[in-house]
Amino acid sequence: MSATDLLDLTATAATRALASGEIAAGELYEAYRARARADELNCFTWVSDGDPPLPAAGSPLGGVPLAVKDLFCTENVPSQSGSRILEGYLPPYTATAVERLQDAGVSLLAKTNQDEFAMGSSNENSAYGPVLNPWDPARVPGGSSGGSAAAVAAGLAPWALGTDTGGSIRQPAALCGIVGLKPTYGAVSRYGMIAFASSLDQAGPLTRDVTDAALMLRHMVGRDERDATSLQFPHEISLPSAERLDGVRLGVPEELAGEGIDAGVLQAFTAALEQAGALGASVERVRLPHALHALSAYYVIAPAECSSNLARFDGVRYGLRAEGATDLAGMYTSTRHDGFGAEVKRRIMLGTYALSSGYYDAYYGRAQRVRTKIVEDFRAVFERVDFVVTPTSPTVAFELGAKTGDPLSMYLNDFCTVPMSLAGIPAISIPCGLAGGEQGLGPGGAGLPVGLQLAGPAFSENSLLDAAFALEQAFGFDSTPARAGGRA
Amino acid sequence: MIDRDEVLHVARLARLRLADEEIEPMARELSAVLDHVAKIAELDLDGVEPTTHVAELTGRLRADEPRESLPREVVLSQAPAVSGEGFLVPSPQA
Repeated sequence: MSATDLLDLTATAATRALASGEIAAGELYEAYRARARADELNCFTWVSDGDPPLPAAGSPLGGVPLAVKDLFCTENVPSQSGSRILEGYLPPYTATAVERLQDAGVSLLAKTNQDEFAMGSSNENSAYGPVLNPWDPARVPGGSSGGSAAAVAAGLAPWALGTDTGGSIRQPAALCGIVGLKPTYGAVSRYGMIAFASSLDQAGPLTRDVTDAALMLRHMVGRDERDATSLQFPHEISLPSAERLDGVRLGVPEELAGEGIDAGVLQAFTAALEQAGALGASVERVRLPHALHALSAYYVIAPAECSSNLARFDGVRYGLRAEGATDLAGMYTSTRHDGFGAEVKRRIMLGTYALSSGYYDAYYGRAQRVRTKIVEDFRAVFERVDFVVTPTSPTVAFELGAKTGDPLSMYLNDFCTVPMSLAGIPAISIPCGLAGGEQGLGPGGAGLPVGLQLAGPAFSENSLLDAAFALEQAFGFDSTPARAGGRA
Repeated sequence: MIDRDEVLHVARLARLRLADEEIEPMARELSAVLDHVAKIAELDLDGVEPTTHVAELTGRLRADEPRESLPREVVLSQAPAVSGEGFLVPSPQA
């Protein structure tokens, strides 16, 4: 098989070709490593330089290479969560999600660039510099799993592992024209993930198609005694096969699918709903009355948890220590000044403020009550419909630098993905077309991919993946930017 | 509106030194975000229980038995400064 053909295989197809002996694991690994080393999008923080790891004979994933977001601890491999403050850190252990995938036979190919500590929606907050979007290198790939999404979209890795706190898998998947799944909270162990907001963080796949997402998820889920919030998944994750959506009820919440969504995105979304109808689904309008308050609640709860989680970075046990401080408190404050980037400082400040005496009830206490209302909104909607459907992001990929001067406008971009995170429910983003149709790239982001988000009740991953699969077949979207007319 | 003194107070709570030129932008940006999130004050949330966590789990404690942890030298190998068997830090009293 030629190198080009090798790189065209989805991860699932590659596991079959590996199992049948049609291709060799070492050959596949070298082909991807050559691609990863030639990366011009700044997707990677580290690329393996050792011998290709040999998978155990008969392992289900048989040596398919995997790119892993920097924030997953990987034993003796740099893991900095995109931050200067973890400069030089070589973890003494591997995160459970990565370890389980390795046990199933994946080979670690590279670590991917990300927003620092997963705080961002554009991958512009990385100590390693921004990642470029393979559809148009003047634009962002989304964030925070921007390196993972861009690497998969550009064909530099067959698939990648990311994390999602408020949309950090789904939004970059949408902006790069690939598939991204945030599982039910607790489905995947958080052990060894450098924490951002512990009640929200979840690991999940970024892949070329829905089948690959199911295959990766199958080998990640399950209870882990090292993460007390992890849960036994109630059944095995199956590979999706649905061709029709007969009897499936889709709910379109007007709060997340109308005002605030760009026209080109809305056009692609509306066309996608028509295709869902043609597959037999019923589509109705539903209400999530508190959805627009989810963003406010999120931008209190996530920074509050971050301010607490990031207290551990103090220059004592790992990573950076500022030079020149003569007393302990000075060493702490200078290390944190030097080591954290602007956005991380902003979130720590916001969270510390929201938790501080006199403001706790007004901000953190209220945000947690709003969270209850969001959970109740979804519960009520799922009595009427099977899935909630929205655009994943209100815009297509925006230009580098477009929102960096205005943090609030960057935050507002997350309004379609944050409610599902607060409710802890699974949600998948699949590419549903190009903004403005198929006429190619034009001004204002026409011709860039648009993501469709499907969300279901907790642990509905199998039916969610099935519905996403049926839609994917109908959309027939080619997620290869070069073939679809990307500018890169 | 967050002012300079409040920024410095919160930075002190967060053990974060801010350079002079970081203070004014921080005040402005925090104010903008807090103004936006303050919209949740308009909601009637009387009697609504807070959600601290979506996974409804309680009392998931493992047995309190001694277990092996990472070897000391492995842990110390990542530290910026060590002394003998421990982490070395500047004096708190300096």
